[in-house]
Amino acid sequence: MISKEEVKHIAKLARLELKEGELEKMQKELSAILDYFDLLKKANTSKLKRQPSFAKATEGQARKDEIAAKNHSLAEKIMNAFPDRKDDYIKVKAIL
Amino acid sequence: MNLLELTIKEAHDGLKKKDFSSTELTRAYLSEIKKNDKKIGAYLNLTEDLALSQAKKADEIISSGKDFEFLAGIPCSVKDAILVEGEKCTAGSKILENYVAPYDATVIKKLKSKGAVILGKTNLDEFAMGVSTENSAFKVTKNPNDLNRVAGGSSGGSAASVASKEACYSLGSDTGGSIRLPASFCGVVGLNPTYGAVSRSGLVAMASSLDQIGPIAKTVEDAEIIFKAISGKDPLDATSKDYNFEKSNLKIEGLKIGIPKEYFTDGIDPEVKKIIENIIKKAKERGVKIIEISLPNTEYAIACYYIIVPSEVSANLARFDGIKYGLSNKSSKDLFEVYLKSRGEGFGPEPKRRILVGTYALSSGYYDEYYKKAQEIRNLIREDFINAFKKVDLIFSPVSPIPAFKIGEKTNDPLSMYLMDIYTCPVKLAGIPAISLPVGKIGNLPVGLQIIGNHFQENNILSMASFIEKML
Repeated sequence: MISKEEVKHIAKLARLELKEGELEKMQKELSAILDYFDLLKKANTSKLKRQPSFAKATEGQARKDEIAAKNHSLAEKIMNAFPDRKDDYIKVKAIL
Repeated sequence: MNLLELTIKEAHDGLKKKDFSSTELTRAYLSEIKKNDKKIGAYLNLTEDLALSQAKKADEIISSGKDFEFLAGIPCSVKDAILVEGEKCTAGSKILENYVAPYDATVIKKLKSKGAVILGKTNLDEFAMGVSTENSAFKVTKNPNDLNRVAGGSSGGSAASVASKEACYSLGSDTGGSIRLPASFCGVVGLNPTYGAVSRSGLVAMASSLDQIGPIAKTVEDAEIIFKAISGKDPLDATSKDYNFEKSNLKIEGLKIGIPKEYFTDGIDPEVKKIIENIIKKAKERGVKIIEISLPNTEYAIACYYIIVPSEVSANLARFDGIKYGLSNKSSKDLFEVYLKSRGEGFGPEPKRRILVGTYALSSGYYDEYYKKAQEIRNLIREDFINAFKKVDLIFSPVSPIPAFKIGEKTNDPLSMYLMDIYTCPVKLAGIPAISLPVGKIGNLPVGLQIIGNHFQENNILSMASFIEKML
């Protein structure tokens, strides 16, 4: 069983606030899910012909490093979605 | 003539013969939605103005007497994880409740260029995470065949909209079964394309190595028309492939169909099994060769999938930080608290669960045990299919071990929800295409047959599906 402290630590890493009741519920559910993953321990991956390589699927597909045409109206729409804005900048709370 | 009964092909012919206009067709759907959708809950948001202006435009093209595309003037619905410019896109989440899409997804650009009419955005499990739409932050979509039961998920609103005649067709997305499962539960056709066949640009990302947009339709022919319209290379999606769909002249007689023995063992409802076995028998009588195959790593698929997906989720959903767009907590005292509170308030239980599992699986000390191991197993599962397709042309299986379940029946047990993906998620881990085709019913509840093909063999899948559709 994953400890309450561990869940708290992961939640902090994930920048996720959990309320008190929520924390206990997640602790229980996460433990059940992680226990289920133990099944994978018996899978025999030693005979695997190819090591995982997701990059292979996209080989040779990278675009050229070129300057794309500007789209001012799109930029404006994206800026309109900022929760807080000063001119063309995102405004955020104090960092420290 | 009931306009709402028509398939894309039939509606196209009707528009051509000027039996009715696109505006009439569109109004018929809009009024059906207004009358009926309180009961079903397929839609989150109607795009009525957009639909009527698109219909008007389509009518102008049609009345000019020129040839027009199959999709021109035909009303559709779109899963609310796919961006339609100027319209809300919530992804079923509170964190995006008021988010307005700044641009069109590539698939929407393609539909618009063909003159499509977009009726509205359909309900889904939050960020497409779920098998029932019960994880939507806004409402539960009911199964049109039995209102006490779920429509399936995550594209539940899309499947229900087509099944309840509130749209002629729909676009959904499939990460572990999210097109095929609701299609099976609602009794419509759903195609999960090969990974890379359709651009993902403008789809709200869940797990990027698995997500694919695909059609949900009344018939196989319609699914093919939609798939042809949305597939192909897109410079905005580096994983999309240059792919031109060509209809296959598949000879059914002598065709080799694999039946994975692991898919017919424990856990399958005997009634579902009976329906699928009956179809296999009928196909055999028509000259198809049935061959038992083995996909030996099937038992690991769910665990593998539910490590890879949360890992990708934890990275993909990091963008929802209360800073750039979406819900932002205003009462926080510093930046760190903005992150914590915006995400804490904005995400529902399932995204939280997956973010936590993914963060754990990727964290220092656990990476090898979980993520790396899961990637290795993903390759084993891929090899299972590669080996199978050396012996057979296509694979038949159920879509789901059980028909649509009751609303609320599984909500307290996330793991039992995860197990619903047993027949649909291995396909995704291998990146191959599969269709869900309605082939029978248990009482009121539809049962889907899954037809699986090798990479980019949508044409063979569709030919076979069309054959079975006619055989029923």
